[in-house]
Amino acid sequence: MEVPILKQGDVLIATVQEALTDADLLHLRTALVKQVVRCRSRGVIVDVTSLDVMDSFASRTLRDIAYMIRLRGAEMVIVGIQPEVAFAMVQLGLKLEDVATALDLEEGLAHLKHKIESAV
Amino acid sequence: MDDEIRVPIHSDQDIVVARQKGRSLAAEIGFSSGDGTLIATAISELARNIVTYARAGEIRLQRIQDSARRGIQVIAHDSGPGIVDTQQALRDGFSTSGSLGLGLPGVMRLMDEFQIESEQHRGTTVTARKWKSYNHS
Repeated sequence: MEVPILKQGDVLIATVQEALTDADLLHLRTALVKQVVRCRSRGVIVDVTSLDVMDSFASRTLRDIAYMIRLRGAEMVIVGIQPEVAFAMVQLGLKLEDVATALDLEEGLAHLKHKIESAV
Repeated sequence: MDDEIRVPIHSDQDIVVARQKGRSLAAEIGFSSGDGTLIATAISELARNIVTYARAGEIRLQRIQDSARRGIQVIAHDSGPGIVDTQQALRDGFSTSGSLGLGLPGVMRLMDEFQIESEQHRGTTVTARKWKSYNHS
């Protein structure tokens, strides 16, 4: 299932659904990077609230997307990692390293707003 | 050995099917949602190894029981190239495919019991079990 991407001002919001395949993730990567360019977006939020499993491929791909978006001069923040998913990720040894995360959409938007304003 | 669930693994979509079936079986057995996430994540990694290294294989899910406990058994089987050095494959940071190489040691941490049998050119079978403890359900 394709991940819907919404544009809100200079921020793009991608809402990931539960049954996310590798192909969906790679599609999300291409679509987000393209849209960031097309919309001249300053920030990207990837909302993973519905995602029930974050395995090595998913976390690696999300990290790659964050780096690509940063190279473009925008910022990405991942929001809504469920406590159980966070626990499994740590057990598995997965790291998102320097990718920003926030509790929910609202906090993610606040984080981006702060980042965008301080960059101007 | 009744009601074994077999999920053929050929593509990334099958990975999602396998982990969903694992999660629903875990819930039926009485695992908490948190344990269900750990089990589903382990299945995802095992199924991914099949797709990446062997192209095709199978995930088998089964209820298990001993005198005091209930649990789930996950078997990941393929007839792929096999692993030359299984001990090396179980160390953190080892990978032959350019991935993070955390798959197997990570799965060991997510589950309670872990066993791997592999023969070069014959395939690999990983058996992982997780028990539901009665004290903290």
